[in-house]
Amino acid sequence: MKNIKTIVYALLISAVAFNCSNDDDNTTTPQGPTGIDFSGTYTQDDQMGRPAVNTVFVSAGSKNSFNTTIPSAQDAAFQSMFETNLTGLSPAFANPGDQNALGQDAAAFTSLLATDVLNISLDGTTTFYDGTNVLTGRALADDVITVELLLIFGGEDFTENPALSDDHVDGNDKTFLSSFPYLASPF
Amino acid sequence: MKKIKILLGASAIAVAGFFMVAADHIDAPAVQGGTSDITDFYAFQGENTNNIAFVANVQGLLSPTATAAAAFDENVLVEINIDTDGDNVEDLVLQAIPRNGKLYVFGPVAPSTTGLNSVIQTSAVQTSVDITAYGSTAVTATGSNGVMVFAGPRDDPFFFDFNQYSAILSGNAPGGFNNPGTDTFAGSNVMSIVIEVPKTLIGGTGNISAWVETKSK
Repeated sequence: MKNIKTIVYALLISAVAFNCSNDDDNTTTPQGPTGIDFSGTYTQDDQMGRPAVNTVFVSAGSKNSFNTTIPSAQDAAFQSMFETNLTGLSPAFANPGDQNALGQDAAAFTSLLATDVLNISLDGTTTFYDGTNVLTGRALADDVITVELLLIFGGEDFTENPALSDDHVDGNDKTFLSSFPYLASPF
Repeated sequence: MKKIKILLGASAIAVAGFFMVAADHIDAPAVQGGTSDITDFYAFQGENTNNIAFVANVQGLLSPTATAAAAFDENVLVEINIDTDGDNVEDLVLQAIPRNGKLYVFGPVAPSTTGLNSVIQTSAVQTSVDITAYGSTAVTATGSNGVMVFAGPRDDPFFFDFNQYSAILSGNAPGGFNNPGTDTFAGSNVMSIVIEVPKTLIGGTGNISAWVETKSK
């Protein structure tokens, strides 16, 4: 419960700050093949591979630093925090030896998640999880939240904690396009 | 400035139950509400199965009335990083940045440096497209290397009963999720960049990994 509280506070705190963009260097010095100025060094603000990872697994005080840690350094820096937060959050990982439906214990699952990259297959089906293929991409219609809830709360066979393991929002509010650019027009 | 922050902070706490984080929307204090806040990242096989489409969305939870005024930031580089050899270090990047109503995409190209700081690889193949205005038909462009690009406001493709999840975490929903749930992101828009790339330019076959970064000047 204490951990859940901590996570709630983390969510609250993450919603209260704001930032501004420094837009004072628009005077352009023509350069490059287009005559447009693309010079300068750009420094990292945000990073994302898989959905909801920073949101769910990173503690409040570390959310900025997670976003500015390169993926190859994330496992060493954040895996133990992820494991602590996972075992605190989910009854399905409360006991030693507990696993998810991928056969991962808390350490293995959080080690996968802590390196926040999206795995992609170049050889066929691309989906977060479709019942057969696992982590071969992320399609627009993939119900990634329910997949993650099942892996967090559903236990070894997806049957544990059924009230927590599916949000019952199974699709988008607008139909996706079959052709580029695939996303639906804005409201 | 500090006072404004504190005041905003107080009012934000009051509405936080509704506007809180999900997927990657407003995931951290340093980016929340800013032009570099990533909301989501997708990668999937295109309609042409020889291609992979990448989607990088920023600036989430735009109401329809706020969408017309929303814009990409010329000081924010959106960079898709691609690792083709399994070491979680980028071997190739796609760099997208707006200038004067157009989005310019460079690559895929090996970056001159990896890591937290980037310079734009202006000698790479460049694909530019007019940023689609709110309410207009999607404008797309294809570069000489076969890279297709779109940029502009779109419906947020993410769906989640985030309000109920928040209620569960705060101990106010002992019964768990509702069935059916309510999509917290219904009716909201994002600023979207879609880049479709021939698989031959990003490894050809096998498995790769990718992630998106926003970087600012």
